[in-house]
Amino acid sequence: MTRLSTAPPPTQPDVQGQTRRGFFKALEIDLRVFGMVVALVLIFVGFGLATDGRFLRPVNLVNLAVQSVSVAIIATGMTMVIVARQIDLSVGSIVGVVGMTYAYLMARVLPDAIGFGSPWIWVIALAAGLTLGSLIGALQGFIVAYVGVPSFVVTLGGLLIFRGATWMVTRGVTISPVDPTFQLLGGGPRGSIGGTASWVVGGLACLAIVALLASGRRQRLRFGFPLRPMWAEALVGTVSSLAVLGIVWLFYSYKWPPALAERYAAETGITIPPEGLAAGIPWPVVLLLAVTLVMSFVATRRRFGRYVFAIGGNPEASELAGINTKWTVMKTFILIGLLCAVSAAVATARLDGSTLDLGEGYELYVIAASVIGGTSFSGGIGTIPGAVLGALVMSSLAYGLSFMGLSSPIQDIFAGIVLIIAVAFDTINRRRKT
Amino acid sequence: MPEGVPLVELRNINVSFGGVHAVKDVTIDLYPGEIVGLVGGNGAGKSTLIKTLSGAQKPDSGDIYIDGELATIHGPMDAKQLGIETIYQTLALAENIDTPGNVFLGRELLTPVRTLDDSAMEDATRKVMKRLNPRFLNFKVPVQSLSGGQRQSVAIAKAVQFNARILIMDEPTAALGPAETDVVRDLVRQLKAEGIGIFLISHDIHDVFDLADRISVMLQGDLVGTVKKDDVTMDQVLAMIIIGKKPDEVTDTELEQLHGG
Repeated sequence: MTRLSTAPPPTQPDVQGQTRRGFFKALEIDLRVFGMVVALVLIFVGFGLATDGRFLRPVNLVNLAVQSVSVAIIATGMTMVIVARQIDLSVGSIVGVVGMTYAYLMARVLPDAIGFGSPWIWVIALAAGLTLGSLIGALQGFIVAYVGVPSFVVTLGGLLIFRGATWMVTRGVTISPVDPTFQLLGGGPRGSIGGTASWVVGGLACLAIVALLASGRRQRLRFGFPLRPMWAEALVGTVSSLAVLGIVWLFYSYKWPPALAERYAAETGITIPPEGLAAGIPWPVVLLLAVTLVMSFVATRRRFGRYVFAIGGNPEASELAGINTKWTVMKTFILIGLLCAVSAAVATARLDGSTLDLGEGYELYVIAASVIGGTSFSGGIGTIPGAVLGALVMSSLAYGLSFMGLSSPIQDIFAGIVLIIAVAFDTINRRRKT
Repeated sequence: MPEGVPLVELRNINVSFGGVHAVKDVTIDLYPGEIVGLVGGNGAGKSTLIKTLSGAQKPDSGDIYIDGELATIHGPMDAKQLGIETIYQTLALAENIDTPGNVFLGRELLTPVRTLDDSAMEDATRKVMKRLNPRFLNFKVPVQSLSGGQRQSVAIAKAVQFNARILIMDEPTAALGPAETDVVRDLVRQLKAEGIGIFLISHDIHDVFDLADRISVMLQGDLVGTVKKDDVTMDQVLAMIIIGKKPDEVTDTELEQLHGG
């Protein structure tokens, strides 16, 4: 505070638009992420109007969310990779080979080895897949960081190698089924956490928001930094909590289909309430939320994340600052390999098995999601929530267009146009700022 | 020559890049509270020589002594642990990161749960900036949106934040306007008064004459010699830089030719 009284007043920026900017400045929200949320809402409203509201039924929105999970999970890792001025084209093939590993272990190997129906089957399979994904990432990352082969080349090779390996191991056949517990990761009414648990998750999220705001305020008080006005704190807290509760309400409105619900009620001995049995938040969405939180934490609160951004901003300066840049780059590849394995688990669970083409084309959707979410190809710029929102935008478009009966080629055309518009918008916006 | 044990001694340093012998058997030293100007034309080897001290370049042979003791410097971190800080000509800032992030890059302050303690870093940065550049206010924006002088302040803050004993400044005023140059010169004097030893690399002979106590001149990888500033004229130093002759070797005709040509 003394700083403010002794220092000359900062020069005023241009007067036009100042109050609006002042409003957002006081709120201290990330304008680009906010813009993405607005875009997403516009897409929902647009499709809602075009389909007389049918698009906005809970079951559709929930399906759409579940469909975006596989791409969104990898997009969080791709953001880190691109921020570090690298690229990973092999993600789809890693999903393929790890997905096949899950299915092969659960359908062919483990039931014979440790007994059919053992609760360890999915644990062992999952551990093996996550390890495999990380190892593939480590190998590619090592070649990129320590041998110095451009990541475009290494991962293009990886794309071919791991798809080929998947084919060779399975000889092209589909492998099914996966373990019933593992299947929960695929979503659907059975793979959802239920109505009560959903409200608990929502309540916890609201508490977390309040705790986060309070701890931020405490940090600033600790050093006497200017505080965010109380009205802004209250507004941010209220709006985010309402948004969280609204989303939970959406998932709560997602009910079991009556026939399935009756069978499930008979199995478990529960009674179905008159308004229908709420399925709640699907497990894959819970997983995506967890991944988003952890990755955001890693990207913004951990040294590793800071170093990834520093390397993207200025690799030489990072080296001179004593950062182990090679190891940091290798770690981003380990991370994305691990996330590919997580994503493969969701994809395999949804399919109840693995096919040869599992994950094919993911690299393009993942990169597009990350870039739509504001990640810059010149490195150093990108956010995790942006990447997840980017994936949601893409899957909303795809889902909405197919809902309107438009064919897959038209969906691709739209996705391409949106990608270019999003980046053009971003480029212009950034140019105006500097 | 100052008394006592030198703060830094670079002894018989050699660096080659392929066939180019960039630094040839150079020996220089630096005492506490002293400014040694290191001058020479482009490609004279002064930046390469000083990089062996900052840990950015491994010498092919030669030894570095700090406080009279043999030091091993394998990388930038080793140098920093010895209290050697470098302000690079390029400033070496991560443009996308804010000022506290740059000041503490590679040496972040952490909370007890090992997350980044951004508030503590901002607080420390505000304190050091108050000393260096009290008008600096933009702590939360990426450094790419700062002016040249402000960016220079960030680069200097990055070096002095960690109680450097030895400061290497590579062309600290090259990118600055006159007013900003004066600020940096005052700052250099202030740091000298605090007992910090400073190697000042500069093209600008006026800078060097204004600030340095001694001047070491390099030409094509060789050390031409080290002279006390008070014993020489600017022309004599120019003769060392251009034709490689020490004040006692150079003739009056050669000195005149410096101005003629």
